[in-house]
Amino acid sequence: MIDSTILAEAEAGHLPLAESKTREALHYALRNRKVVGGLAVVLAFLALGLAAPLFTDHGPNDFVGPPAAPPSGDYWLGTTTFGQDVFLQFANGIRSTFLVGFLGGGLAALIGMTVGFVAGYRGGLVDELLNMLTNVVLVLPALVVLIIFHAYVGVTSVPMQALFIGAFSWPWVARAVRAQTLSLRTREFVDLARLSGMRTTAIIRREIAPNMSSYLVMTFILLFGGAVLFAATLDFIGLGPTDVVSLGLMMNSAVRWSALHLGLWWWFVPPGAGITAIVGSLYIMNVGLDEVFNPKLREE
Amino acid sequence: MRRYFGRKLFIYALTFIVAVTINWMVPRFMPGDPVLRMLTRTSVSNPDAIAPMRAYYEKVFGLDVPLWKQYLNYWAELFQGNMGVSVWLFPTPVTDVITGAVPYTLALLLPSILLSWWAGNKVGALAARRKWLDNSVLPASYVLTATPYMWLGILLAWSLGLVAGLFPIAGGYSFDRQPTWSAAFLADLLAHWILPFLSLFLVAFGGWAIGMRNLIIYELEADYASYLEALGAPRRLVRRYAFRNALLPQLTGLALQLGVIVAGALVTEIVFGYPGLGSLILNAITNQDYFLLQGVFLFIVLGVLIANFAIDVVYVLVDPRTRIGMQGGSA
Amino acid sequence: MALQVKDLRVYYRTLRGDVQALDGATFTLADGEIMGLAGESGCGKSTLGKSLIRLDARMRLVGGSVELDGDILPIGDDEAMRPLRFTKVSLIPQYAMSALNPTRKIGKLIAELLRSRGFDYGRFRPELIRRLELVGLGREVLDNYPIELSGGMKQRVVMVLSTLLDPGLLIADELTSALDVSTQRAVAEALVEFRDRRFVGSIIVITHDISLVYQIADTIMVMYAGKLAEKAPAETIVTAPRHPYTQLLLSSLPEVGVRYSDRKLTGIPGRPPTLLKPPGGCRFRDRCPLAYDKCREEPPFTEVAADHLVACWKAM
Repeated sequence: MIDSTILAEAEAGHLPLAESKTREALHYALRNRKVVGGLAVVLAFLALGLAAPLFTDHGPNDFVGPPAAPPSGDYWLGTTTFGQDVFLQFANGIRSTFLVGFLGGGLAALIGMTVGFVAGYRGGLVDELLNMLTNVVLVLPALVVLIIFHAYVGVTSVPMQALFIGAFSWPWVARAVRAQTLSLRTREFVDLARLSGMRTTAIIRREIAPNMSSYLVMTFILLFGGAVLFAATLDFIGLGPTDVVSLGLMMNSAVRWSALHLGLWWWFVPPGAGITAIVGSLYIMNVGLDEVFNPKLREE
Repeated sequence: MRRYFGRKLFIYALTFIVAVTINWMVPRFMPGDPVLRMLTRTSVSNPDAIAPMRAYYEKVFGLDVPLWKQYLNYWAELFQGNMGVSVWLFPTPVTDVITGAVPYTLALLLPSILLSWWAGNKVGALAARRKWLDNSVLPASYVLTATPYMWLGILLAWSLGLVAGLFPIAGGYSFDRQPTWSAAFLADLLAHWILPFLSLFLVAFGGWAIGMRNLIIYELEADYASYLEALGAPRRLVRRYAFRNALLPQLTGLALQLGVIVAGALVTEIVFGYPGLGSLILNAITNQDYFLLQGVFLFIVLGVLIANFAIDVVYVLVDPRTRIGMQGGSA
Repeated sequence: MALQVKDLRVYYRTLRGDVQALDGATFTLADGEIMGLAGESGCGKSTLGKSLIRLDARMRLVGGSVELDGDILPIGDDEAMRPLRFTKVSLIPQYAMSALNPTRKIGKLIAELLRSRGFDYGRFRPELIRRLELVGLGREVLDNYPIELSGGMKQRVVMVLSTLLDPGLLIADELTSALDVSTQRAVAEALVEFRDRRFVGSIIVITHDISLVYQIADTIMVMYAGKLAEKAPAETIVTAPRHPYTQLLLSSLPEVGVRYSDRKLTGIPGRPPTLLKPPGGCRFRDRCPLAYDKCREEPPFTEVAADHLVACWKAM
């Protein structure tokens, strides 16, 4: 997997091996069309979400314009039936999208990797118990559980929504990480670390995880995308935070206020299109990263 | 074999217990007592008919009954098929409301899951070997799988339903009709079914196509494929083996995706006002019908568990390695 | 079947250019001859073996010709080779233990393979069973899945399958690398028996273990860095090698009974040259203790004694 010239350089004492691996990965990543293209789209949306609300003097839910107006110079994505600025709602919705994706995906990644590492490394009873936990959470259909929670407890903020989503999206990660940990655990460098008295967490952190770093990056991207879709579904049913704008909530409002029948396409097409674009770009980035990390796929 | 299924059933039983416990416990975390509030509200309008609800409530939520007894009572009632009475469709028992909606949801889920899996696998396999197909199918599949279920539903409802006027977009059948076994009614059912089905089918299809395409490419590089090629086997044979072998992880993937597809079906029903469990959930939430909500939740969990088990059985039948691994291989 | 290879060149395509893995191999193989093909990793022996039956996606035929029994073997043309594979040229792959489809019973796999090649499985079945019994496997093996067999058993199944149609040329790639010593012996002996019973014509046994191949081969050919170094009868190679590389290779073999406190085990210092842009002249020149200025010119692979070919100025 390592460039032989870099290996030679490292052996000659020029570069520490881990650093050179990252350098090499970065080099190829920036030249991969899928990675660059996908990243560009995602960053463009992020920029939109961050910047746009700063340049307007009204809020996304303010009644500022003529009701149900199609896109125009004043209102780039038209207005809702109440005269709210759809473009501004869209930009604010993007913010929530990124926030929930980052927090929710991040939490799921953290839980999944921890459970997976510990289960794979420790084995025995710990492994059995964690496996049971993983399997139960895996089989439980997350959406309905969250519906029950939300219906009773209510979700008031995006971070809280992200917490719930993260708490249910991790099982597949745990399984995969466990499998990889199991195979890495029996390798010589881990035995060496164990013999030298390193603690378990240190071994996981310094010996095992770096070997899986590429996989972990790709997993986080998938979790991010998954969290975005999940949140959009919850928001659409009406079980998301209602004080902030979100893309799912926009679609919910649009359907509720007969946007379909009134033909107000600028209200319900952009939110879903935005989600599709962001999540799709993330998936494409992932395919590109796979090529970067697995040189065999690179030679096209 | 018994150990394998034993373990699986144990997990499923455990999951069901967890689900039931969640169902019973969560209302307790709410500030105040919404169930009581709901009951009081309803009792104002229907004082007499409230009696069965009150009785149920007392047994599983009641203040004078100790907590553990409440829990056991909940289970006892469950096994007797009593999940309380619906508030929204008072005085229909929850189980009856649910059984009225289940056929619609199943009518959406079963065909869309099976057809999208089968078609996605076939097309994915084809894309793996024809470059031109690969270049069109792959990007399209990525877009489809990134599409939120409800958005595609909205788009289809708007474009094919309203703008083109080809299909109706609300309800399970036309409001002016009565359910009968006539061809006209069946045609009407079908017309209402098509768009939600299509929506579910397309999104799921994208995922399977991508997965299969990647798996086939991987299988074609496997040692057994290289060996067959070295022995001059025709492409046909190698592809057939690769496809068969790639189906196995796709089957596992199906079990993993069940939760996602069910979620997709629920929101799609909401978009189209299709009278299945999804619409039921929405109504339960809007009307604060907690008994109904809990009932639907348990039903869905049960359904998913049964489906998982079915897939486990199929997997064992299809993969000789699991069968033999369990019986203990000979040396 | 007589095999004639003339100036065979096969390169690997990579992003950074062509790796000249096999750079001009010329030799012949007589009918019924077992030739051991030895050399260190990366010397080109696997490339040579593979190219005679199937070029994989990265390999490129750059030049040369191969004749089997007087007929040209169209190794550059994948489709033209297809009918000849299994029937005229066959392979026991390096990965024999994972070469069988894990989800098919062995008998079914063989039947489907034969039928897809237009052969009647029923007609071959008795012979198949006979040969399986010859290598110590019962007919029940046909009803097993690969997972039910041990590594050695799978190896033997592959041996029998690959030779079922009595190919004129068999390529055995690293036949025994993954086996324990006693199984190695059994497999090697089975190979010789196949040749003696005329199940196969000639065999090329690719290995990095000279001591093993010495037991069964008639001749041994040593390769280095994509070029042929020496070819001679097995006895000659082991007792009187002429190429410095072969000599060093043999002397670096551990000997039973010799203690290494008395005599140190030496390897050959240095590394093979990169094949991306290989140096001109003799490729062993940088590590050769006998190198002198003539070595800057590439030595031809010439016959220095009966059936003994060497590519070394000093040996001629």
